[in-house]
Amino acid sequence: MSGTISALLYLVSSVCFIMALRGLSSPETARQGNMFGIVGMVIAIGTTLALPSVLSYETIILGIVIGGAIGTVIARRIQMTALPQLVAAFHSLVGLAACFVAIAAFFKPEAYGIGQPGAIGAASLIEMSLGLAIGAITFTGSIIAFGKLQGLVTGRPLVFPMQHPLNAALGIALVALIGWMIVDQSSTGFWLIFVVALALGFLLILPIGGADMPVVVSMLNSYSGWAACGIGFTLENSLLIVTGALVGSSGAILSYIMCKGMNRSFFNVILGGFGGETAAAAGGPGGDRSVKSGSADDAAFIMDNASSVIIVPGYGMAVAQAQHALREMGDMLKKNGVSVRYAIHPVAGRMPGHMNVLLAEANVPYDEVLELDEINRDFPQADVAFVIGANDVTNPAAKTDPTSPIYGMPILDVERAKTVLFVKRSMASGYAGVDNELFFRDNTMMLFGDAKKMCEEIVKALEH
Amino acid sequence: MAENSLTDQLRALAEQAQALAAKATEAAASAGQQAVAAVPSAGHGGSQIDPAVVGLTVFVLACFVGYYVVWRVTPALHSPLMAVTNAISSVIIVGALIAAGPAQMDFSSIMGFFAVILASVNIFGGFLVTQRMLSMFRKKK
Repeated sequence: MSGTISALLYLVSSVCFIMALRGLSSPETARQGNMFGIVGMVIAIGTTLALPSVLSYETIILGIVIGGAIGTVIARRIQMTALPQLVAAFHSLVGLAACFVAIAAFFKPEAYGIGQPGAIGAASLIEMSLGLAIGAITFTGSIIAFGKLQGLVTGRPLVFPMQHPLNAALGIALVALIGWMIVDQSSTGFWLIFVVALALGFLLILPIGGADMPVVVSMLNSYSGWAACGIGFTLENSLLIVTGALVGSSGAILSYIMCKGMNRSFFNVILGGFGGETAAAAGGPGGDRSVKSGSADDAAFIMDNASSVIIVPGYGMAVAQAQHALREMGDMLKKNGVSVRYAIHPVAGRMPGHMNVLLAEANVPYDEVLELDEINRDFPQADVAFVIGANDVTNPAAKTDPTSPIYGMPILDVERAKTVLFVKRSMASGYAGVDNELFFRDNTMMLFGDAKKMCEEIVKALEH
Repeated sequence: MAENSLTDQLRALAEQAQALAAKATEAAASAGQQAVAAVPSAGHGGSQIDPAVVGLTVFVLACFVGYYVVWRVTPALHSPLMAVTNAISSVIIVGALIAAGPAQMDFSSIMGFFAVILASVNIFGGFLVTQRMLSMFRKKK
């Protein structure tokens, strides 16, 4: 196949990938978009296999079969609650694959037409080193993110002295090594870049707290794209550059949206150390103000007599696996003529859009699930706001108390609803470690208990 | 209602911008490919374009396309977006296949082989899990 034809086919494949992202603008076109993505990938692989230099089909097919089988099994078995760690794990694989390709290109540049070993052009060397470095950072960073999300590494931010100077030193070392390698073409320099970047990825993510993982996962998503870009530049392949840029900008936008959802700057998240979950909880609720607590029966009675209920699910709901019980409760209320809707805060869950997937899995129709800016103005008309497993995202201190760590964060205005029901295990404060004023209000009723059990009990009470 | 018409206008504007950007990248990408293809024969023509510059052109335009397309993605589908971008970033398999390609086994082709495995895990896993997620999103009956 001539170079021109394969270049054109790569172009078709790039367009398919753009269409794949375009499809996600609405749930109706999303499945079609995914098909576009698959077609684009098939074209890309097919075109590459037809290149004259690609001959060892047995090895390649073996590789694809092994990898494909592993991927298929994982994708079929994974629980939707474990989605964030799955995505983190997948990112680490892209990162490592980028490293391997960069290494292959460094030791055998003639296969890619970018020179001879020891005599590679400076531009190619820079691109290759960047691909390698970003790939390595993505690899170890994603492994740490995976560990934190899976609970293998503590979710608490691990802060140690000299952390920022050390990271800065490693960053500078990385740049110096790239410079050295360009001049010297030395393989020692190349391997050192790999090692330093691996260490950097590890150290960068370690100090970031568990609830900041939505930002981290999006950021690593972005990095995996930039790594692909670096490789694309090395191989002078437009398809890789276009795809890498699409993925890179997508991850960057998601990180931005997540940061905005928490009203934190990107650097504030990346530098880490925010929110010690346990340290904060130890502080406990301030003073001896009393709260009104109620039972499942009370909650069932209130909601049954309401005309509209807005449910606000948070990460705690996902942890308790309460989504199915919650949907059952919603169905029951709907049958009794109550209007039920769900309000999703941008940072609910452990990755962007996680809550939407969990509710969709529990068969909640997506047109009942609304985003913060779509539903916030409806709270004053709602009879009941049913908050389950969420806390900080409803805290009015974000609006009224400039000294609060969450000041300025967009919140769901549940306080405006006639009655607020809070399902919570205890009075412990949320991730940010701040008290929620709302618990002590007259129109708030606390429902203490496990989210799933509480929903099931409310369903039972509604049946009577 | 002024707000509504403003959002409508903004939306229309964003759509136009996106369509334009998509066309621009297509054009740029094809121009880039042609430029790459043309380089060897352009020897006597004088000024050659550095392939890195062609790559940069494609890169910058693709970033713009990415920017406009991704902002249009509905927040409800941000998880599938991450899964699908993860799958398509495995297009890096193209580089892996070239590395694994030569008939003779050596260090580079072994690296390529491992990269093929890793990227395949991602491609199959990423697209399948996206499919699974998307099949859950249903409208009210």
